[in-house]
Amino acid sequence: MTAIVTAEGLGKSFGRRGSTSPPVLDGLDLELQEGAVLALLGPNGAGKTTTVRILSTLLKPDAGRATVGGFDVVRDARRVREIISLTGQQVAVDDKLSGAENLTMMGRLAHLPRRVVRDRVAELLTAFDLADAASRHVGTWSGGMRRRLDLAAGLLTRPRVMFLDEPTTGLDPRSRQALWDVVRGVVADGTSVLLTTQYLEEADRLAQRIALVDGGRIVADGTPAQLKRQVGEAGVELTLAAAADVERVAAALAGATVDGARVRVPTDGSVAHVRSVLSLVEDTGVAPEHWEVRAPSLDDVFLTLTGHAGQEHPARTTGVAA
Amino acid sequence: MSHVLSDVSTMTTRGLRLVSRDADAMITAVVLPVIILLMFVLVFGGALDTGTEYINYVTPGVILLAAGFGAANTAMAVERDMSGGMVDRLRSMPVSSWTVLSGHVVASLVKNLVTTAIVFGVSILLGFRPAATALEWLAAVGMILLFVGWITWLAAFVGVLVRSPDAAGGFSFFVMFLPYVSSAFVPVDTLPGWLRGFAEHQPVTPVIETVRGLLAGDVAGAGGTAPGDVAALAITWCVGLGLVFAVAAGVAFRARR
Repeated sequence: MTAIVTAEGLGKSFGRRGSTSPPVLDGLDLELQEGAVLALLGPNGAGKTTTVRILSTLLKPDAGRATVGGFDVVRDARRVREIISLTGQQVAVDDKLSGAENLTMMGRLAHLPRRVVRDRVAELLTAFDLADAASRHVGTWSGGMRRRLDLAAGLLTRPRVMFLDEPTTGLDPRSRQALWDVVRGVVADGTSVLLTTQYLEEADRLAQRIALVDGGRIVADGTPAQLKRQVGEAGVELTLAAAADVERVAAALAGATVDGARVRVPTDGSVAHVRSVLSLVEDTGVAPEHWEVRAPSLDDVFLTLTGHAGQEHPARTTGVAA
Repeated sequence: MSHVLSDVSTMTTRGLRLVSRDADAMITAVVLPVIILLMFVLVFGGALDTGTEYINYVTPGVILLAAGFGAANTAMAVERDMSGGMVDRLRSMPVSSWTVLSGHVVASLVKNLVTTAIVFGVSILLGFRPAATALEWLAAVGMILLFVGWITWLAAFVGVLVRSPDAAGGFSFFVMFLPYVSSAFVPVDTLPGWLRGFAEHQPVTPVIETVRGLLAGDVAGAGGTAPGDVAALAITWCVGLGLVFAVAAGVAFRARR
């Protein structure tokens, strides 16, 4: 396997000279293998978008180096631009143009011959299930359709690497599913994909490797299965009314952890195990206010691997291109 | 470099489509100038003594005023591109960066050509009788386009700089006043002394005098300078400011991240 995207020690600060604001990127390394999907997973302000902007030649790093297809993203920016496509957080299509007009414009700007543009536009509109709406102004389309068109606009040239910055943020579950199918199709055609997301599920569904980003560096990476093993399994979580109840319930359950009014026991999620946990609770005579079975969430991943919750970093949200 | 022309033409087509499908821009380009023309001719015209038929005096001024309004639309369109992700996409493609801006500028020139034709048309219906030859007409329209050119590059510069559509829209407030404080609507010698100094030395006045002179063969004002000198001054203003703001817009475009 060969790496098609590499980054070594990327650093970037947006603060003014002499200011003490923390760097947005602080020695970030990554590698995307040819034909694979790598997900950068992390909260707002972690440095995901800045990484994508550097790799897609929009921003110069302060430190470190990065290559795409063997070309340096700073020195050979023009060559890099010929083999990539970027789909940013904001949908970059014109509302007052039709779907076909939007795609044709991008094809012309990619300097494809007219006939190739025409064929490719028709092909992509059909493949992305947009052919019926193709002649209507994009402003009248749904969010999911606009997002698919946005992706299609980046695919006219059959790029070798595609950067997707939070492609499904703000989409409803069905549109998200449709977009995932589109991305899988792109990968099947041989394009390597680097995507950023705040959703563990999305990274899990699409990527062979997940890199966890926090504080401008990669804090963990591996296959989805490896990461989840590090985080731990699902748990039964009980919320109790009184401190005495918390003690009694925790004492009755082997391997329980206590967090304030909550008691948590790891579970494999099977009916038999959950049932045995609940009968142990029942035996204590305590009635929990609330209980649920919770799968590991992005918050758990962060709590486990970084020691803090995966929330926005207040210190880092100002002055940063999110 | 071989792609520059095709890129500019692609972006111009886009700009024209966006303008022609934007109700706000179309009203600004077509309806507003006609209303302003009617207002000046029918409402104020009777009270103003400019030594000539007022419609002959005011028509070029209305066209330049319309160019200012139209420029505000350009500033807003550029701002939309900058903040809406389109610029990021284009910059990640092998397209030269100023192509985006030049597309808006060329589209603005075409749009203003249409506005100019409409204003002249309505004005002639109202009794405007220019004595210009075909060549003088051509020169007058060329002068107008030079003026539109610099004011549009200024608009593009503003569009790149500002961070909200409102700020881009506020641009019209500034450009609206330039033609008012010139010889566009009243002779400058009717202004108080301190304003006259500004009016005589700002770019709109020589442009107005040149266009008026070309159309009517009647060059008034501008301190009695010869028509050729006024035209040279007007061209210098427009080309100079156009270059300054084109370069500034390009630099700001590259610097913004």
